[in-house]
Amino acid sequence: MNREFDFGVVDEILDRYPKEELSTIAILQDIQEHYHYLPKEVFPHVAKAIGVGEARLYGVATFYENFSLEPKGKYVLRCCDGTACHVRGSLPILDSLRAELGLSESKKTTDDLAFTVETVSCLGACGLAPAMTVNGEVHPAMTPDKALALLAQLREELAKEGGDQT
Amino acid sequence: MTALKRLNSREEFLQLALACKEALDREKCKILVCGGTGCVAGGSLQIFDRLQALLQEKGLNVEVELAHEPHGDVVGMKKSGCHGFCEMGPLVRIEPQGWLYTKVKLEDCEEIVEKTVIRGENIERLAYHQNGEVYRRQEEIPFYKKQTRVVLEHCGHINATSILDYLGIGGYKALEKALFEMSPDEIIKEVSDSNLRGRGGGGFPAGRKWASCARQKETPRYIVCNGDEGDPGAFMDRSIMEGDPHRLLEGMIIAGLAIGSSEGYIYVRAEYPLAVDRLRIAIAQAEELGLLGDDILGTGKSFHMHINRGAGAFVCGEGSALTASIEGKRGMPRVKPPRTVEHGLFDKPTNLNNVETYANVPMIISRGAAWYKGIGPENSPGTKAFALTGTIQNTGLIEVPMGTTLREVIFDIGGGMRGGTNFKAVQIGGPSGGCLTSKDLDIPMDFDSLKKVGAMIGSGGLVVMDDKTCMVEVARFFMNFTQNESCGKCVPCREGTKRMLEILERIVAGQGRDGDIELLLELADTISNTALCGLGKTAPSRISGMNMKLTSTTNDVRQGLAAS
Repeated sequence: MNREFDFGVVDEILDRYPKEELSTIAILQDIQEHYHYLPKEVFPHVAKAIGVGEARLYGVATFYENFSLEPKGKYVLRCCDGTACHVRGSLPILDSLRAELGLSESKKTTDDLAFTVETVSCLGACGLAPAMTVNGEVHPAMTPDKALALLAQLREELAKEGGDQT
Repeated sequence: MTALKRLNSREEFLQLALACKEALDREKCKILVCGGTGCVAGGSLQIFDRLQALLQEKGLNVEVELAHEPHGDVVGMKKSGCHGFCEMGPLVRIEPQGWLYTKVKLEDCEEIVEKTVIRGENIERLAYHQNGEVYRRQEEIPFYKKQTRVVLEHCGHINATSILDYLGIGGYKALEKALFEMSPDEIIKEVSDSNLRGRGGGGFPAGRKWASCARQKETPRYIVCNGDEGDPGAFMDRSIMEGDPHRLLEGMIIAGLAIGSSEGYIYVRAEYPLAVDRLRIAIAQAEELGLLGDDILGTGKSFHMHINRGAGAFVCGEGSALTASIEGKRGMPRVKPPRTVEHGLFDKPTNLNNVETYANVPMIISRGAAWYKGIGPENSPGTKAFALTGTIQNTGLIEVPMGTTLREVIFDIGGGMRGGTNFKAVQIGGPSGGCLTSKDLDIPMDFDSLKKVGAMIGSGGLVVMDDKTCMVEVARFFMNFTQNESCGKCVPCREGTKRMLEILERIVAGQGRDGDIELLLELADTISNTALCGLGKTAPSRISGMNMKLTSTTNDVRQGLAAS
C-alpha cells in the first residue's frame, strides 16, 4: 500500500483514553469498530502513543478472537455454535452459508468483501437457539433455509445500494 | 430523561426513594415489554414503540420515565429486562393483573391497547396455553410457578434503564444501610453468616474471600466483577446486567465499603453489547445521583466504576487472565499462589466475584443473613439462576432454591423434551462441568452434592439433550471448544487437548482404534493433574468422568469403534 494512511481517526480514538497500556484493548476495539479490522499501519502508531512495544501490541491483537488483521466483509454473519445452538442444529446452518458463498473455515470472507461468515462460541441467546447475528443484530431460531433466505435478502440490499451509487 | 439532582444526605435519599415509590404506585396500569436480547431479536422494541404511539393516539397519559410530580392516572410503559421465558418471546407483562402475553406481534398492539389497557380485559389468544389449559397470570404458568425468583425478582418487572424505578422498589436501600448503620466488619460478618458461596462455579464462600482481601495491608484494593460469562449455554449474568444493572452496582459498592476499596471494574464479554449499554446508563445515573463517585450521599466515601469489554477469549473467565486483560495484556492465567486477593489487578489486593454473587449481596444486607439461610440447604443456601436450553420444551432463564432436583427443573419447569423424544443427558456447568443422565435426575443441585457425582454447578448453564444426541460427538464438541480457547501458555492444555481432540474426531468419524479409550483416559489424567488453570484442568473432565460412564451404557463409543 503506497497510499498515505490517514491517522486522523486513530488519533481521535487515542484521545478518548489515558495513553497507557491498560487502554490497549479499548483502543483496538474502537479502531476495529471504525475500520471493521485492524489495518497494519496502526500498530507502530498506537504502540508509540501508549508506550508499549509494537510486538506486545501485536501479541494482544492476535490473542483475542474478536480482533481481525484482515478486512472483513460489509456484512458479518456470525453463526452461534454454543452448546445450546449446537444441539439444536447450528452446524447445517453454517455449512449451507459457507457452501452458498464459497467459503470455508480458513477462507472467511468473500473476495468482493461483501460477506464474512464466522462462528461464535455463544451469543447468550440460547433461548432462541440456533441463533446467528448479522452485523451484531440477532436472528433467532434459524434453519438452513431461513439463513439462505436472509442471505438472499442481504444480497438484494447490496445490489440496490450498488445501483443507487451508479 | 429528566435531569437527576445529586443527593447529599441520607434524608435526601430517603425522600427521593419515597417519591419514586409513590410515583410507581400512581401508575394504574403498567405495560412491561421485554427488552432482553432474546425478545429484542424477536422485535420487542418495535412493539414497544407501537404500543406507546397507540396509547398516545388514544389520548392516554403515558409515562415512559417515572415522573416525580403527580399528574393523574398514568399508564407506565417500561422496557424491562429478561422475563426468562425466552422460548415464548416477545413477552409483554401487564400489571397490576400480572398477565403475561406471549409471542406478541406488531399486529396485536391495537388489541392490547383497546381491550386490555382501556377495558381491562384479558386477551386469551395471547395468554400461555399448555395441554389445553390457559394460564393468564404469569405466576400461574408452570414454568414460573416452581421458581423462587429473588436475584431475578426485578428482571422483567422494572424499567431496566431507570434508576428511579429501581429506587421506587427499594433499590439502594441496602447501600444506605451499609453506609449509615454498618461498619466494614459488620458487612463482612453479615455476608459470612449468610454463607453466600461464589456463583461463578467454584462455590468459594464470599464472606471468607472478602475478609481475606480486607486483611491485606497493601493499598489500593480493587473490586472486580467477572461478567465474562463465557460458558456456552449460559446467560444468567447477561440477564442480570441487562435487566437489573443497578443491583450489580449496589452489590459492588457494598463490597467496596466492606473491603476498603474505592475502584470497581466490571469485565463484560464482547458478545454482550446490550449489557454494556445498560451498565453504562446505570453508572451514569448512579453518578448523577451521587450514589457512585466521590462523597457518596455526603459520607465522604467514594467508589468509582469502570467497564472493560472483553475481546473474545474464554480463558479470561479465569481470575488471573481476567485481571491481565483489564491491564491491557494478553489474557493468560498465571501460576497460583499468590492468589488474586493478595496480588490481583495491577498486582494489588483484589476481590473478584461474579455477577450473580454481587447481585445476591443487597438482599443479604437488607433482609439479613438469617433470612437468606432460610432458602435452600444449609451448606449451600440461597437460590441459583440457571439457563435452561437445548432440546427441551421451555427454554429460558430460571431461578430455583439450591438443592432443587434436576427432575423438577427439566420436567416441571422445563416441560420435558421437545417433540416427544426421550431425555438422555444434561450438560451442567459448561465445558468444565459434566454430563448427568437419567439416574442422576434426583440429585439435589447444590455445590457439594454435584461435586460428589463428578459434576459441578459451574456458572449455571443446563443444556438438555435428547436421545438423538450422540454423546461422543458432544465430547468432541467440548474438546474442540477447549482446544480453540486454550491460551497456549502451558503444554498439557495446549498439546494434550489437541491429541484428545484428534482421537475423538477419529472415533466420531467411525475410525476408532483399540486402545483409544485407554489413551484418552491417560491423557485426561495427565492434563487434569498438570495444567496451569481451570480451563485445562477441567477440560478432560467429561472424558474421564461422566461421559465414559455414560457412553458405556449407551454404547455410543462402542458403536463408533465397531464401525471402524
